[in-house]
Amino acid sequence: MTEQSKDSVYQTDALIAEDIDSYLETHQHKTMLRFITCGSVDDGKSTLIGRLLYDSKMIFEDQLEALSSDSKKVGTQGQDIDFALLVDGLAAEREQGITIDVAYRFFNTEKRKFIVADCPGHEQYTRNMVTGASSADLAVVMIDARKGVLVQTRRHSYLCHLIGIRNIVLAVNKMDLVDYDQDTFDRIVADYAAFAEEIGIESFTAIPISGFKGDNITLAPSENTPWYEGPSLVDHLESVEVLSDIAADMPFRMPVQWVNRPNLDFRGFSGLIASGQVKPGDAVRALPSGKTSTVKSIVTFDGELDEAQAGQSVTITLADEIDCSRGDVLCVADDPPETADQFEATLVWLNDEDLSVGRGYWLKLGTQTVSATVQQPKYRVDVNTMDELAAKTLSLNDIGVAEVYSDKPLVFESYAENRTMGGFILIDKITNATVAAGMLNFSLRRSQNVHWQATDITREHHAQMKNQTPRVLWFTGLSGSGKSTIANEVEKKLALMNRHTFLLDGDNVRHGLNKDLGFTEADRIENIRRVGEVARLMTDAGLIVLTAFISPFRAERRLVRDMLEDHEFIEVFVDTPLEVAEQRDVKGLYKKARSGELKNFTGIDSPYEAPENPEITVNTVAMTPEEAADHIIQQILPLK
Amino acid sequence: MKALENNEGVSMTAKLTHLERLEAEAIHIIREVAAEADKPVMLYSVGKDSAVMLHLAKKAFYPSPPPFPLLHVDTTWKFKAMYDLREKAAKDAGMELLVYQNPEAKERGINPFDHGPLHTDMWKTDGLKQALNHYGFDAAFGGARRDEEKSRAKERVFSFRTASHGWDPKNQRPELWNLYNAKKKKGESIRVFPISNWTELDVWQYIQLEEIEIVPLYFAAPRPTFIYEGGLFMADDIDRLKEVMGEVPEITERSVRFRTLGCFPLTGAVESEASTLSEVIQETLLTTTSERQGRVIDKDAGGAGMEKKKQEGYF
Repeated sequence: MTEQSKDSVYQTDALIAEDIDSYLETHQHKTMLRFITCGSVDDGKSTLIGRLLYDSKMIFEDQLEALSSDSKKVGTQGQDIDFALLVDGLAAEREQGITIDVAYRFFNTEKRKFIVADCPGHEQYTRNMVTGASSADLAVVMIDARKGVLVQTRRHSYLCHLIGIRNIVLAVNKMDLVDYDQDTFDRIVADYAAFAEEIGIESFTAIPISGFKGDNITLAPSENTPWYEGPSLVDHLESVEVLSDIAADMPFRMPVQWVNRPNLDFRGFSGLIASGQVKPGDAVRALPSGKTSTVKSIVTFDGELDEAQAGQSVTITLADEIDCSRGDVLCVADDPPETADQFEATLVWLNDEDLSVGRGYWLKLGTQTVSATVQQPKYRVDVNTMDELAAKTLSLNDIGVAEVYSDKPLVFESYAENRTMGGFILIDKITNATVAAGMLNFSLRRSQNVHWQATDITREHHAQMKNQTPRVLWFTGLSGSGKSTIANEVEKKLALMNRHTFLLDGDNVRHGLNKDLGFTEADRIENIRRVGEVARLMTDAGLIVLTAFISPFRAERRLVRDMLEDHEFIEVFVDTPLEVAEQRDVKGLYKKARSGELKNFTGIDSPYEAPENPEITVNTVAMTPEEAADHIIQQILPLK
Repeated sequence: MKALENNEGVSMTAKLTHLERLEAEAIHIIREVAAEADKPVMLYSVGKDSAVMLHLAKKAFYPSPPPFPLLHVDTTWKFKAMYDLREKAAKDAGMELLVYQNPEAKERGINPFDHGPLHTDMWKTDGLKQALNHYGFDAAFGGARRDEEKSRAKERVFSFRTASHGWDPKNQRPELWNLYNAKKKKGESIRVFPISNWTELDVWQYIQLEEIEIVPLYFAAPRPTFIYEGGLFMADDIDRLKEVMGEVPEITERSVRFRTLGCFPLTGAVESEASTLSEVIQETLLTTTSERQGRVIDKDAGGAGMEKKKQEGYF
């Protein structure tokens, strides 16, 4: 360990001891920078972070004691302190000797507080790197001086660039192991520069360091690299501009998080300002409604503010009573963001389960949550070669570009313009997992030009003329469970009651509307989506629609439910055990499936997800089709 | 915090300080939970981190009171001064205070002297799970920080717990930008840590700048103390000490303070003369042992103590 790293920047003990108040005064005015470290396995990321913590006295004596005993037990540095042990937290990875998740670390220098996301280098953990990078102002890309630019270096740099990090530091580490050789350093920098230009990285700062020995970490040039003329790593980290300071100079946008309404006289809109500045008297617009007003006051616990800017959490009151709630965006009146429901987006897939094209996911952007579907990707990117490859779906750690359709208009800006207004996550509606990170590129022109045609005879008119409440009775169950038979019985009974109905049958629809579709998972999803749309049009026409489709996936039934008005979708679970259905085998399909002649057959080699809370369940073992139909009629009679 | 000083009407974008940023981030997190959870609650331990968290909640919803109650999972062994501040703080915030004591621990007379780690398991770990189930809370704010301990450094801001309150470190949801996914199934719950990114120094400095009231035990004063198994403790309730220890320990008056507050017989005191906030911060910065060291809990089960506790459902 060289002594030089302990000087200057961290030399604050004396000030703390002599004049604590002036020390605190200094600390109070520090700014904050978030950065990530990424690189290949064994590039020495954890060691570098351990070194920064150690040098800034963020390691206490008892931790150091534990560290040196751990170092002797499992360390890789002989009798020396293994800084990596300090930051590799979880027991599992301590045993494996690798970092498997993002760890956040903190240290201070004289000028700044730093939050470091330590990101893993393994390919399978790309999702963690994207997570760490999403909130970072800067990325330190580590390279082992002995190995030079590797495939992983390229991947990490690409990801950092993709997620919009403009400040990239190329830390050429382990310089001590190449005898601090300038030619080695220069060659690596040249290699990296060529690659950086290829993927659009405009600039980067290269620093030769040794995380283990401490060279050029806090002081530059180290006596071992007299040829190096740039800043030390810490000097550079202290001088880089922070993202949200840049955002303060952009147009004002604040996603509304919460409407604050303690009494009838006060109505405030609370949120974290995403960009720009705002002051009382400013003309603002609420989106998507487009209504305008002026800012009356900026209310905080500490009194009203004359002005607020990006990065502050505030509550804004307006001069007029305009309709505005969580999910809306307050913005500067004459320069609002766009509103659209069809986009092109770049997606990073974060989940073990592949993207289901056409399936409904929750999309959260700012404080807006909508239902959205992803179309078949235009391409996915090979992150090692940057080649664009054809893709039918996206799997864990894939990056691709696809069109995204939302069921309601979203207020947005391109991610390149505004991270908060263009970055989103996709959430699986069944498992609730965060399955993808997305960045909106632009809205599709057709969504701007195709408007809803307002018709004079409304769906209410249609329903009134038929003297009935439109419904969709959605029969779901295994093949041979009796869906079509029972639906047919129900329709006959409804007809006798003078109800206007229509039965959509699975087999029949596949002869016409959906004859282009097969039985793969993607085709089954599209099949159901189309049937859902048709059913919706029929309810607009005032009809009671009966559908008989296996519809094996919960997510697709959910998708149709979400398309319709509340309470309009009635899920009827035709509950027949597989053995019974297989025994009936009316169409001889089970036999074919068992013999392998028929692929993707529900119940045999494709799953059936039974409804969790169906409105109606009929058990066809205990009931005849006639009894089942009566039971269903009983259940829906109160609905008129 | 006053973020901007407007110089004679000249518009300027001041660079926000790290504390202003941390404050805005915490308020954003607290509001997200209030907006998306069905029934949130703020866990309130009466310590300094809780005090900061409560203060941030007041700020997040001003001029309304925070739209959730405070929950204290009590062990009956807290310092008297903590009970005093607890009532006052809730009242000042205009919030409902819920106190939960594990009935089984109460009935069996579980205490730190006779029952060792079982004291924490039953009163705190089980007590917390029972309280959340009892009231049906689906989101609970906690004052944990990532700088406290190694396994905390990898904790998400929104940390998911199964219906049995287990924590699976390998199966956490990725957290991108400041978008938090609060969706969950019935029975599952979230622990939310709004001050994840604060350090101990940040907490102290914020308390000073915001003039937040904290338990006086954080400041040095002459107090009755005794030595037990090599540690220095305060005799907060002599009658109860006698009851469980079988005798009154030898009590000496010393000038002491506490760096962290828990159950009085588990929380070691340090000899100190630091009686003002500045002095406490000074001592904290110059000290050479980490904050949680005064607590017995992290030393159980070797280096992985806290991680193991978390998987079992401890906060």
